[in-house]
Amino acid sequence: MTPPDEDSLIRKDVSALPVPPNLADYEQARASFRWPAAARALSGLPGGSGLNIAHEAVDRHAQGARATHVALRWLGKDGSQRDFSYAGLAAWSARFANVLDALGVQRGDRVFLLAGRIPELYMAVLGALKHRCVVSPLFAAFGPEPIFTRMSIGAAAVLVTTTGLYRRKVSALRERLPQLRHVLVVREEAGEPLPVGTLDLAALLEDAAPQYRIGPTRPDDPALLHFTSGTTGKPKGAIHVHEAVVAHHATGALALDFHPEDVFWCTADPGWVTGTSYGIVAPLVHGLTLIVDEADFDAERWYDILGREAVSVWYTAPTAVRMMMKGGAASARNRTFARLRFIASVGEPLNPQAVTWGLEAFGLPIHDNWWQTETGGIMIANFAAMDIRPGSMGKPLPGIEAALVRRTADGGVALLAEPGVEGELALRRGWPSMFRGYLGEEERYLKCFAGEWYLTGDLARRDAEGYYWFVGRADDVIKSSGHLIGPFEVESAFMAHPAVAEAGVIGKPDPVAGEIVKAFVALKPGHAPGEALRRDLLAFVRKRLGTAVAPKEIDFVAALPKTRSGKILRRLLKARELGLPEGDLSTLEPGA
Amino acid sequence: MSFTADQIRQAMVDSILEVAPEADFATVRPDRSLRGQIDMDSFDFLTVLEHLHARLGVDVPEADYARMGTLDASVAYLASRLAKP
Repeated sequence: MTPPDEDSLIRKDVSALPVPPNLADYEQARASFRWPAAARALSGLPGGSGLNIAHEAVDRHAQGARATHVALRWLGKDGSQRDFSYAGLAAWSARFANVLDALGVQRGDRVFLLAGRIPELYMAVLGALKHRCVVSPLFAAFGPEPIFTRMSIGAAAVLVTTTGLYRRKVSALRERLPQLRHVLVVREEAGEPLPVGTLDLAALLEDAAPQYRIGPTRPDDPALLHFTSGTTGKPKGAIHVHEAVVAHHATGALALDFHPEDVFWCTADPGWVTGTSYGIVAPLVHGLTLIVDEADFDAERWYDILGREAVSVWYTAPTAVRMMMKGGAASARNRTFARLRFIASVGEPLNPQAVTWGLEAFGLPIHDNWWQTETGGIMIANFAAMDIRPGSMGKPLPGIEAALVRRTADGGVALLAEPGVEGELALRRGWPSMFRGYLGEEERYLKCFAGEWYLTGDLARRDAEGYYWFVGRADDVIKSSGHLIGPFEVESAFMAHPAVAEAGVIGKPDPVAGEIVKAFVALKPGHAPGEALRRDLLAFVRKRLGTAVAPKEIDFVAALPKTRSGKILRRLLKARELGLPEGDLSTLEPGA
Repeated sequence: MSFTADQIRQAMVDSILEVAPEADFATVRPDRSLRGQIDMDSFDFLTVLEHLHARLGVDVPEADYARMGTLDASVAYLASRLAKP
């Protein structure tokens, strides 16, 4: 079966590109690429004492010709702007590392971050990496329950947050987080009193020395902890190591075509893996100027930034592109984006209309790529010099071997070599940014592998030309605005409400967000469905989960469909929601 | 149909409560960022606009979203938008 979009093609003329692409010939690049050689493009810690992400991202530039180059340009919500040179960012992150040191925070301790995109967040990520702590950025739109679950699994020793977020989301959790030793806060309003049990980050930074010598760091020392969701159970903390920086660097060059004079804007929040790997690490390792916008999505503001800041490479997400499309291409066409030359997108498949909308609005196609929290970096991509098949995620990066597989009864996999056959996307293990564990859950980690293959949980197919096409998830995980949401986490929040007997949560297709979270709720005897209760439930779960995880729709049902063993049949809920055939119901509980 | 500023403010509050029923307007400062005080993402904001359309018959073009940053600014903006023929 060949969908019609497979036939359309956006052709590339390499000689017409404004700068020669790093990857000019795909097959040749694949044939010659070796990870050990990619690792040698980095500096390593002085004296051969290992590999540290923060040294590669900041210190080596601060000590060289890039010292005064703008590393990070921060754009405040209120229109303010702060520039940090590489030397400046090195000093601020050194101060943060010294703050941790003075507090007695040890190598390997977990430092969590819960903040919007404020400058201190970037100082803290880089400073904590220098101090050889494990950094875990959380999304500020999480509610108290997702925050508690993640900080508890991660045994957070330090939290960096703001006064407002602390008061609204963390203070009530404090007793349940006995391992949390230090909370460092940034004031949201000048002069406001600090919440009890917190320390003033600004004052600590001010008093700390701006030099810090990074201690010996092994390439396989844990560096980053990113949480992701499965269908069942608690969120999983994927561990990434310092060596991941080799992949951040290589993929920045190959998939995002980074060149030294680029101004790069990654619109993802560091609370998600994209916002750390590419919203902090990769562009800095390349010595680029990174744009950080504190504000939430606003199409007009974004067009302004792309033009005014002379952004040359822009990495964004399908939801944002589709929201811009709603406003029409005229807004973009009336402006000039003199330096913009490469646009990429990640998070979920970019529909063909969105790929070509880029041509209409910016005169540039949008390059979709694919990866996930566990892979740490871009694995499959549409490259600057390669023709685009709109709707396809592209081809595997040099150094990455992808395959489509079918799981077999003996726990192994069978490779599906035929073009057009749907299977689970698998990657041959061994790239540097591959996750090295789910924190505290060895068994769950091992289940992700079959022999040499990491199984991604995504279903895809490959066409005769070698392009990969996303088909769907192999499980019930919901993908909303590019972020994975575990149905179990949402269902658990409903179960805490006294009126709820059971809840089933699905992803409902949505033209802008990809999917939105929708909950089906069955009530306990004595409770009647109605608008007042629906609102009460919505308020209840939103307060616990926050906007990033809470459902957008709630329906009442008499009972949830379940298997004979009692598992909620989310797929059947989804089929009913979409008016699709319900499939094989033989395992269904009678009466559902 | 014309609306008073109070009616517009009430429509705004009611529309937000449809989406974020946990919001406590007793503590919301009308001159400060709404999204800084009430947890709403872009999807929530678009849903609020749909409810506003149902209540007031007003359409807000995307280019004007930035003019609805606070409750006061939203009321002023919606009043001017509704006053246009």
